[in-house]
Amino acid sequence: MLSLSSVVTRYGAVHALNGVDIAVPEGTLTAVLGANGAGKTTLLRTISGLVAPAAGSISFDGTEIAGLPADRVARMGLGHVPEHGGVIRELTVRENLRLGGLWRRNLAFDEVLALFPPLAGKLGRQASTLSGGERQMLAIGRALMARPRVLLLDEPSLGLAPLVTAAIMRVLRDLRDRTGLTVLLVEQNARSALSVAERAYVLALGEVALAGSAESISAEALHEAYLGVNR
Amino acid sequence: MSLLLRHTLLALAALAAVVLLTMVVDPFTNVRIATVGYYLVAVAGLTLLTGGNGQISLGHGAFMFIGAYTVGLLVIYVPSFPFWLDLLLAGVTAGLAGMLTGAAAARLHGPYLAGATLGLAVGLPAITQRFPDFLGGSNGLAFTVNSLPAGLKVPQTQWQAWVVWTTTLLVLVLLANVVRGRFGRMLRAVRDDEVAAALSGIHIGRTKIMAFLLSSACGGLAGGLQAFLLGTAAPGSFSVALSLSLLAAMVLGGVGSLWGALWGALALVYVPAWANDVTHSLDLSTNITQNLPLAVFGTVLVVVVLVFPRGIHGAFARLWQSVRKGKP
Amino acid sequence: MNTWWTLTVGGFASGAVYAALGLSLVIIFRATRVVNFAQPALALLSTYFAFTVNQVTGTYWLGFAVAIVAGAVLGALSDRLLIRPARAHGELGSVIVTLGLLLVVQAVAGMLWTSEPRSFGYAFDFRGLFSAANVFAVLVVLVTAAGVLLLFKFTSLGLRMRAAAFAPEAAALAGVRVGLMVTAGTALAAAVGALAGLLAVPPLLYPTVLDGIFVYSLTAAVIGGLDNPIGTVIAGFGTGIGLSYVSGYLGPELVTLAALAILVVVLSVRPHGLFGRGLARRV
Repeated sequence: MLSLSSVVTRYGAVHALNGVDIAVPEGTLTAVLGANGAGKTTLLRTISGLVAPAAGSISFDGTEIAGLPADRVARMGLGHVPEHGGVIRELTVRENLRLGGLWRRNLAFDEVLALFPPLAGKLGRQASTLSGGERQMLAIGRALMARPRVLLLDEPSLGLAPLVTAAIMRVLRDLRDRTGLTVLLVEQNARSALSVAERAYVLALGEVALAGSAESISAEALHEAYLGVNR
Repeated sequence: MSLLLRHTLLALAALAAVVLLTMVVDPFTNVRIATVGYYLVAVAGLTLLTGGNGQISLGHGAFMFIGAYTVGLLVIYVPSFPFWLDLLLAGVTAGLAGMLTGAAAARLHGPYLAGATLGLAVGLPAITQRFPDFLGGSNGLAFTVNSLPAGLKVPQTQWQAWVVWTTTLLVLVLLANVVRGRFGRMLRAVRDDEVAAALSGIHIGRTKIMAFLLSSACGGLAGGLQAFLLGTAAPGSFSVALSLSLLAAMVLGGVGSLWGALWGALALVYVPAWANDVTHSLDLSTNITQNLPLAVFGTVLVVVVLVFPRGIHGAFARLWQSVRKGKP
Repeated sequence: MNTWWTLTVGGFASGAVYAALGLSLVIIFRATRVVNFAQPALALLSTYFAFTVNQVTGTYWLGFAVAIVAGAVLGALSDRLLIRPARAHGELGSVIVTLGLLLVVQAVAGMLWTSEPRSFGYAFDFRGLFSAANVFAVLVVLVTAAGVLLLFKFTSLGLRMRAAAFAPEAAALAGVRVGLMVTAGTALAAAVGALAGLLAVPPLLYPTVLDGIFVYSLTAAVIGGLDNPIGTVIAGFGTGIGLSYVSGYLGPELVTLAALAILVVVLSVRPHGLFGRGLARRV
């Protein structure tokens, strides 16, 4: 569904991604783990078109999307929920949701509200008044409004209570099982990510340090990758 | 060698050069040299405010207005004052006005500050219409400044150019030392990050007001020098276009650089002159002659910001660096 | 009819113009976070187009339409060519670039149409206190302001424009073509500006005719909070009436100073305008 081969992304002279190969099969939940600065966020920003890669190819459902502008990629059916959600604070909850599906004919409005019941009662509120967990729900809900085929999630558990994180993870697993949604999940919190994912990649210093099924990633191997010890 | 000493020596050398130059050129060019001098004071003051402290002013023409009218009124009503005292008072008056503006402006940023100072540039000269008997209405004031010392046998314009440039260089030495000193560091700290500056014990409001005071005193002095040179002060000379031209000169020279102020002041005098020559030689209509300088200044503002953000001085500095690097 | 009444009605009519130009400043500020000091210049150029069309064809309304369309095109062009690159150079850079454009356009207008005042007519009869021209000005501005509000609040185009202005990156991730929305905002702003120019200019058109009006409109927009269309329209009418009193009771030469005084007083009390919320203060 989504595959990256030898993707290189630079910020000036710094190589944030240095030849990354990742394959995300359709209908799976894939986790990308790694320490701070490993290149996880850059990976997602490169896929969704917020940053243009310097080299390599990114194919989404058979189409080359490397270097396309972010709005094009989004309209092709690739949703990206950035770090901290990227909710537009100045708009109301309803407006944030509507924005997600503007270019779609059949909106997923009711389905999204069914997934995240806390939002239903606050449609008229400004997004800035929501709690952290509600904001994360709104961000994911906004991405889902467009009925994406692939969802990229950047650290949805960041700064949230474990219960809220668990609820969000449950929703993701549910969606995959029910609708065949493909998810690429970036997490620093390895345990919660591995509990829902089938496959996992571990990034270190902009390269894939480790890849395999979620069960095969052992605690020691993770430890090594996080600390940057040689493979 | 201390900084003050070095700046003073440099200024004395510059003064000597100006004096020599005025001896060999015609009176007309002398007036131009003097004009460069007072524009330099105004642009240097503006560059201290904008480059040094990050505050924008679209109203420096208003401070020149205050300075020019201060000199005009003093010459007319208090003829016993020597001309240097008139000039000093022009700077003081405009400085006080600048302090008030600064106090109002200290809390404003970017577009809000630009709007308020633009209002000043448009609004203040209109005060002459309110007091036509005292301030001369739209015709302004006309007066004669007799400053030439009795014993000195030089043409009037030469003497004026000397006075203007002596004042100018004094101001520049003062500003150069301010910029390099403790206060300059405070200005830049406030410009770069108000919160960090406040946390390190700098009083933000006071620093901004001081910057406005110094800057507008320079503007007032420039206006005073203009009145001293021309013997007139009229509201039409202090239009919004003047304020914007000063801004253009600063940007062209390189924001924040006193050398840049010199290039900017030269451009203020020579671009209109050059536009005049060009349109005359090409036999273009007066519509084009009158509007060409503004078109050039406008283009300069756009091009310099987008293409050479550091202005002429930045280009020179880079050239100088590469020359030095080229040497073994 | 007493003086007070005359001044109030007259101020209301000029306030309509300040409200319109102020509104155009607010629209572009919302779209780009830049105060476009070239806005009166674009309005001026549009009005000169209307003048030329009027002269050639003899019909007022064709010139009117041409000016509005020309305004939109000029706005879109200025965004693509100047404002967009200028935004990379910070607040100061964008203020300076738009001022540069102001000077260039005014100079070019002076070169093409000369600096001599040209006569430029009203849309309707302008005689009397409640003249048709005055009523038209007030109505057109109110309808435009209401239209802009409805557009922002209730249409998907408006929602996209707001999203692109508030959070470009998040909007792009939601599939919004951010660049297009920003250009749409500038075009809309300049079209409203052109409308303001058409209402403000009569009876005489010359290159600096909008300078004073721009200062009052900027006053209105700043008081209104730069970000708030309703606040700006209210402030525009308020400024018009207030300045009309100053002109009538204290003297016309004090109007610009009064505008400055209003600006300084309001900003000293509320640095982000009466109706502005202001960005969260960094601490």
